[in-house]
Amino acid sequence: MTVEAAEVQAAIEAVSALEAARITATLIRITGDWSLAEDCVQDAFARALVDWLERGIPGNPAAWLTTVAKNRAIDCLRSAASEQKAVRELSILARLEGLADDEAGDPAEGDDRLRLIYTCCHPALPLEARVALTLRTVAGLTTAEIARAFLVSEATMSKRLVRARAKIRDAGIPYRVPPPELVSERTAGILAVLYLMFNEGYSAGGGDSLVREPLAREAIRLNRLLIALLDGSPHQPEAMGLLALMLFHHGRRHARTDAAGDLVTLEDQDRELWDREATAEAVALLTAADRIGIVCGSRPGSYRIQAAIAGCHMTAREFGSTDFSRLALLYDRLARLAPSPVVELNRAVAVAMSRGPDAGLALIDELERTRSLEGYYLLPAAKADLLRRLGRMPEAGREYRRARELAPSEAERRYLSKRLAETRREEPGVL
Amino acid sequence: MLFICTDPTAPEYVPAEDNIVEWGAEMDARGITRHGDRLRPVEDATTVTVRAGEVVVADGPFAETKEWIAGYDIIACDDLDEAIEVASKHPMAKFGKIEIRPVWPLGL
Repeated sequence: MTVEAAEVQAAIEAVSALEAARITATLIRITGDWSLAEDCVQDAFARALVDWLERGIPGNPAAWLTTVAKNRAIDCLRSAASEQKAVRELSILARLEGLADDEAGDPAEGDDRLRLIYTCCHPALPLEARVALTLRTVAGLTTAEIARAFLVSEATMSKRLVRARAKIRDAGIPYRVPPPELVSERTAGILAVLYLMFNEGYSAGGGDSLVREPLAREAIRLNRLLIALLDGSPHQPEAMGLLALMLFHHGRRHARTDAAGDLVTLEDQDRELWDREATAEAVALLTAADRIGIVCGSRPGSYRIQAAIAGCHMTAREFGSTDFSRLALLYDRLARLAPSPVVELNRAVAVAMSRGPDAGLALIDELERTRSLEGYYLLPAAKADLLRRLGRMPEAGREYRRARELAPSEAERRYLSKRLAETRREEPGVL
Repeated sequence: MLFICTDPTAPEYVPAEDNIVEWGAEMDARGITRHGDRLRPVEDATTVTVRAGEVVVADGPFAETKEWIAGYDIIACDDLDEAIEVASKHPMAKFGKIEIRPVWPLGL
């Protein structure tokens, strides 16, 4: 690659993902046609590669791309309109021609991307299509990249995206920020999509974690964009809480596995490996979310509480100095706000840490009787851990074995085997 | 088109909570409804199929399902969100299910 080609490549990369989403969003708003908008923007980027090499990089690359994409849309619609003399196409043409070449400073621009996110995350679309569509249209990832992240073939992902766009058109899913009475529920839906995207990238539920880490970073980037777009809205604090939660988790990514790829639990993690900058940003975000929350009267939702829980761990110098009573309190609040057996299990562990293993064990036994977590390996794993702390090794061993049978990944099974071996060492003669 | 469906897992029907009259009045006032009615139960259904030129008439609905279509409403809405809002106000959203399906004109 010559120096110039490298420069062109760098200039294109500098404007690519979020600029592409901005231009696409504007074209979708005016034309109402997702495929046309995406094709025209892709076309503009392809043209830039050739044109900029020949004539140099324009002063305002984003404006250049907008103009080319817009003109391409006008050409496509003109030929369609002349064939069908469609009135609708003609009125769209008039609006396209009235579109300024560079609307970067236009306040409608932010609204366009917000509209795009709300449409991509409409509840009438299947959840995986919402994630894929958001990554494709809002984050500007290629279909191949999304397919790789979800471990499906490019053809499968491409079909999924085509179906999603067709449903938006044919089912009449509106391209807009929903009316006030729906904003709350729909914003919660967007946050759920971002959370899912992050978890896919973070916990890599099967498959190669290196392939999926970009998903976690994309979720963080989109969450930042959403926070900026929601500026002044009562939903902003909860979006900030979700970002804080992601940053806390993301900040621990290098400490979660050892050199052999084995799982390292929170208790045993090398805290020197935690990302201090990410932690500091997350702490600041939570403080700001509280301040804004008070002003606009929005109480902490489940993401803010979960972030506070993660913060409890992340700000403790060592595991032993974690504020476990605050942790138990936070789980209590979470259990009331978003009751679930998994939250109850975590609450039991926090109670065990602050009031002793017996208190925790009582809560776990209660939970076990409800049978709501049957088959979930973390229940016997947590129980085993408390029994081990109480020195009840044979019982602990039994629970570790049960947990190992149910564990979903090799790394987790290896970890449980290690713990199981310890119970045997500490209780000689028991096998 | 709203298909008003039964749902065996839904809460039991409470006549006092059946607001179908108000629903009809509100949607009429908003100019949304085109046509709608109840349907006779599945026992009275007849399914027609033509296979290899032969008309096959069968008793009952086409599929063995516990849910069945109890009625229908044809409504005119600007977009899916409006249709969802209209459907969610229908009493059978509570005591059954409502499937929204856009009409796909044949263009004949």
